[in-house]
Amino acid sequence: MAVGAAGYRYRPETVDRISEILGAARTAGVPVVARGSGCSYGDAALIPEGLVLDLSKMRRVAAWDPADGIVDVEPGVTVEQLWRHTLGDGWWPPVVTGTMEPSIGGCLSMNVHGKNNWVRGTMGDHCLELDLLTPDGGLRTLSRETEPELFHAVIGGFGQLGLVTRARLQLKRVHSGLTEAKAVAAPDLGSLLQRLDDAKNDWEYVVGWVDAFPGGGKLGRGLLHFARHLEADEDPDPAASLNPANQDLPGTIFGVVPKTQMWRMLKPFTNNPGMRAINLAKYLHGSVFADGAVYRQSLAAFSFLLDYVPDWKKIYLPGGLIQHQSFVPASEAERVFSRQLEICRRRGMPSYLGVLKRHRPDDFLLTHAVDGFSLALDFPVVEGRRDELWAMVRELAEPVVAAGGRFYPAKDAALPGELYRASFRNGEIEAFRGLKRRLDPDGLLRSSLATRLLGD
Amino acid sequence: MALVARRREELERVTSAINAETGEDRAFFRAHDVRETGGVPELFQGIARDLGGLDLVVYAAGVMYPVAFDEFSPDKDMDMLDVNLRGAVAWLDPAAERFSRLGRGTIVGVGSVAGDRGRSGNPAYCTSKAGLHAYLEAIRNRVARDGVRVVTVKPGFVDTPMTRGLDGLFWLISADRAAEIILRKAERGVRCAYVPARWRWVMLVIRSIPSSIFRRLKV
Repeated sequence: MAVGAAGYRYRPETVDRISEILGAARTAGVPVVARGSGCSYGDAALIPEGLVLDLSKMRRVAAWDPADGIVDVEPGVTVEQLWRHTLGDGWWPPVVTGTMEPSIGGCLSMNVHGKNNWVRGTMGDHCLELDLLTPDGGLRTLSRETEPELFHAVIGGFGQLGLVTRARLQLKRVHSGLTEAKAVAAPDLGSLLQRLDDAKNDWEYVVGWVDAFPGGGKLGRGLLHFARHLEADEDPDPAASLNPANQDLPGTIFGVVPKTQMWRMLKPFTNNPGMRAINLAKYLHGSVFADGAVYRQSLAAFSFLLDYVPDWKKIYLPGGLIQHQSFVPASEAERVFSRQLEICRRRGMPSYLGVLKRHRPDDFLLTHAVDGFSLALDFPVVEGRRDELWAMVRELAEPVVAAGGRFYPAKDAALPGELYRASFRNGEIEAFRGLKRRLDPDGLLRSSLATRLLGD
Repeated sequence: MALVARRREELERVTSAINAETGEDRAFFRAHDVRETGGVPELFQGIARDLGGLDLVVYAAGVMYPVAFDEFSPDKDMDMLDVNLRGAVAWLDPAAERFSRLGRGTIVGVGSVAGDRGRSGNPAYCTSKAGLHAYLEAIRNRVARDGVRVVTVKPGFVDTPMTRGLDGLFWLISADRAAEIILRKAERGVRCAYVPARWRWVMLVIRSIPSSIFRRLKV
């Protein structure tokens, strides 16, 4: 239900100012939600009639040690700022998102993963310590050694236990700003999963793209992209490739179309027939001309696919889009994902973009990762079919829960709370609620997402 | 949904009926007298917060006292102005401000066919409704550019305790029917509508009667 809710937005620049704002919100009885770059797909940074603590002005790189690759950042520092700061010294964030816009505070609160989740884990796995400002105004430093329970709950706790005001990250040594990438086609879902799984031990980055339109024997066909960092002796001019200026994405597409205007050109195709054609063209190109191609690509160009078309989300206007990403144990993945694609086809609401990744479990309390695969599906929100789409998300999620799978709050807008809670079988939700009661007894920190997923 | 009115027992009854019908805790109420305008801003903000947002505000408070043809009663007249007009301004000012900031929202004011002319039968009632029409038109002109819709509805005779026992009623409709029409108008965001629509033609005639003639009519 669309509701015209109001909010108050504050953009503090210091930790003291955050404390003041929290105090004022407590006095006024207004809930508070933290916001980084606003990249979550759903309601993670929203609270109706509440106070939005926009941390995007706290974007200083507080300390950088180029000898050991350890960086201290404020929460509003973006992935882009981070790699631009460190790449020249030969360091790259070990985990990056598909766009370079997200803030590090948001990345840790959602415990994001990248295309190398199988080998590197999540962003949280590379966090050495963080400062947490709790709703009572207390500031504490957490690490996996000093307060392991809280550390593993705050990371991935979508901002419900406190605000991350500083994070220390360990970056990854790279000897070149280039990757060697490979593209492979797969004619159906089974072979797509198999080839992704086979590649995960040889390549740092593995990601699959799924054409969600065809059914039958072509169900789940797609393309795979693998990449690895170049070694020191492979790059003829590492100083040049490590220069952030040489990592810039091209400003035009096909050399002529300014990419800031690209979304306007895609808009006429944002419907079922148009997207079927685009997906088909992409698959045909990848399977006929580019199958098995090996090429070199800059780190940024390989990593940040979502930044190729700025404002790509606008192609979904006026209704917008939602994404549903399910994580399913490896043995169940083909069965569950086939069923999901069939459900979308049967309901006449095919996904316009499907992305497949390989994951590994981790130690975080509300983790989304399992030893298996994830399939992320983008859907347009069309006026008059909203309820149907939300009902479909429920239908997509049910087999995931039955198979012991998980979901990803960063991407979610429509998952029914009871299914999210049912995906945790060892009391994780109760443990998280216990921490919440301890650190935020009045429930000052709230988001629509948390209210929906965690329940009361 | 938030219900605001004076009588607590009635509010309890209607609120629980709504919640029983929807099977959710969708409705709540606040007991309030619109003549107490001082507390409105705080009450309005609190309601918006408790609702978790606000899309539609309907100002339906109104009183009409029976006034004898030769009666001049400042008490009755001031009370009608307080409830029908001053209360509306007190509630709809903050609503218009909020909606114009958000860039969306709908305001409905319940006027009356009686506000279209100054009838000799009930001067202050006509004045309060005419004032309300002018106020609604003015705030509509202020906030329309922000995407906010202000709907003036002008019901004819509606079967409520206010009209019961009056002489010369015609085209009487039930309160439920009137509410249904009003909500439909609100949804479509029309600027001004008679309820039911056939009053439009009657009022077109009545509005065009010259004052020199209207003065001699017993309406």
